[in-house]
Amino acid sequence: MQEELFTSGRHIPNIDPYLQIWHWPISVYLFLGGLAAGILFFAALFYLMGKEKEYPTVVKNATIIVPIALTLGLLALLYDLTHKIYFWQLYTNFRIESPMSWGAWVLLAVTPLSFLWVFSYYSVLFPKLENKFQLLTKFKFLKSFEVYLKENRKYMAYALIPLTLILGVYTGILLSAFNARPLWNNAILGPLFLVSGLSTGAATIILMAKTSAEKHLFSKIDVGLVIIELALIAHMIMGYYAGSQVQLEAMQLLVAGDFTVMFFGFVVILGLIVPLIIEVIELMGFKVPVSIPAILILIGGLVFRFVMVEAGQLTRFLY
Amino acid sequence: MRYAMVIDTLKCVGCSDCVVACQTENDVPLGYCRDWIVETVNGTYPTVNLELKSERCNHCDNAPCVRCCPTGASYVADGGNIMVTPDECIGCGACIQSCPYDARYQHPDGWVDKCTFCNHRLEKGQLPACVSVCPTKCMYFGDLDNPNSEVSQLLKTRKHKTLAPEAGTKPHVFYLI
Repeated sequence: MQEELFTSGRHIPNIDPYLQIWHWPISVYLFLGGLAAGILFFAALFYLMGKEKEYPTVVKNATIIVPIALTLGLLALLYDLTHKIYFWQLYTNFRIESPMSWGAWVLLAVTPLSFLWVFSYYSVLFPKLENKFQLLTKFKFLKSFEVYLKENRKYMAYALIPLTLILGVYTGILLSAFNARPLWNNAILGPLFLVSGLSTGAATIILMAKTSAEKHLFSKIDVGLVIIELALIAHMIMGYYAGSQVQLEAMQLLVAGDFTVMFFGFVVILGLIVPLIIEVIELMGFKVPVSIPAILILIGGLVFRFVMVEAGQLTRFLY
Repeated sequence: MRYAMVIDTLKCVGCSDCVVACQTENDVPLGYCRDWIVETVNGTYPTVNLELKSERCNHCDNAPCVRCCPTGASYVADGGNIMVTPDECIGCGACIQSCPYDARYQHPDGWVDKCTFCNHRLEKGQLPACVSVCPTKCMYFGDLDNPNSEVSQLLKTRKHKTLAPEAGTKPHVFYLI
């Protein structure tokens, strides 16, 4: 038997024993980014399918969340930078190999587009505000800008579909590109975060929807997404199981370690399986408030980000 | 030109002189290190084996920190040294997350700092501070591209290893065993 003991480590009080660089703002941002990408993707998709009148919540009402979520997410990201005044360096460089650079540029495109999308529905979404302040009648250029946006909404939607998909995948690829953190370093994390983002987006739409037709449609979409997400999580675990020693050790954190209760309890069972069962029961015709599974999915999505970000930073190659 | 460091684990006594020399030379803030000593005991009593080594940034050929940096603040300098430009670093921590050796840290001023192989000394034709002070002379520094350099000769004749080669980073700090 070979045993390895350490009588002395590195003795760097500010780095050891755990190198935790990313804190809660990153998890919150990953959640909000995925959520925003999900809502905006469905909005653009349903607009292009010509379902604007049939499903008003997804195309109009729910998109109000997006600029708010993205702004909060960006503030959270900025808050976690330690050399904040140099953040503009992100936008003087594009580095094709760095997922974070991709993310920064995609956010620079998606965030203004989300504001423009909501503004193009300003008079529909905020009629009271418009009646009170009459911004559009007072300022001619705003009115003509709104008309211009309405005419070009189709092109915004065409741009948003690929951009939101990149944004959704990026939240996962951001983590999986770090080969030094074995828990993150697997290719399935990109699709997994994308599907999770889409499903939290669908859950938000369910919560905001007013007609039962819309709630039902998004319950169905959510059922599909949750099944895909469960399959991807199974693949992720299989990937660790077939992986190298460091990945096997990383897997222990999720399946038999500090994060097992959080991961299986709050993410897999309460965040995916229970809402899946409730949604299926609801779709079979039983009366269950759909907001319950939607809220569970949102909480599960948030906890999933926290688990992945926190647990990933505990895994390393050496010592 | 490709700089490399060779450290003889059989000669190292773990005195930490390299650590102190680095902190002094590079004004490393209190509580941080750019290099450190690791003491490992291998085996089961009574057949145990002690290994001492000084560790630092491995100045990898396939550097994940440079790949992940969103601004280009981390870059490969002449001789393959991995360097950080403080004025381009936003402190996002991506390079810290991507380093299998945990060789980087966030400087109290915000930017990310790490071993530079004492690039400023190399430019003057001097050895890195840690190598120059080692009392047992267990550290060697030189050009791997030159087959006659001391490091090339040592790697040709002695058994050696690198840290976490499975990470695929092609490190350039070699340990003689």
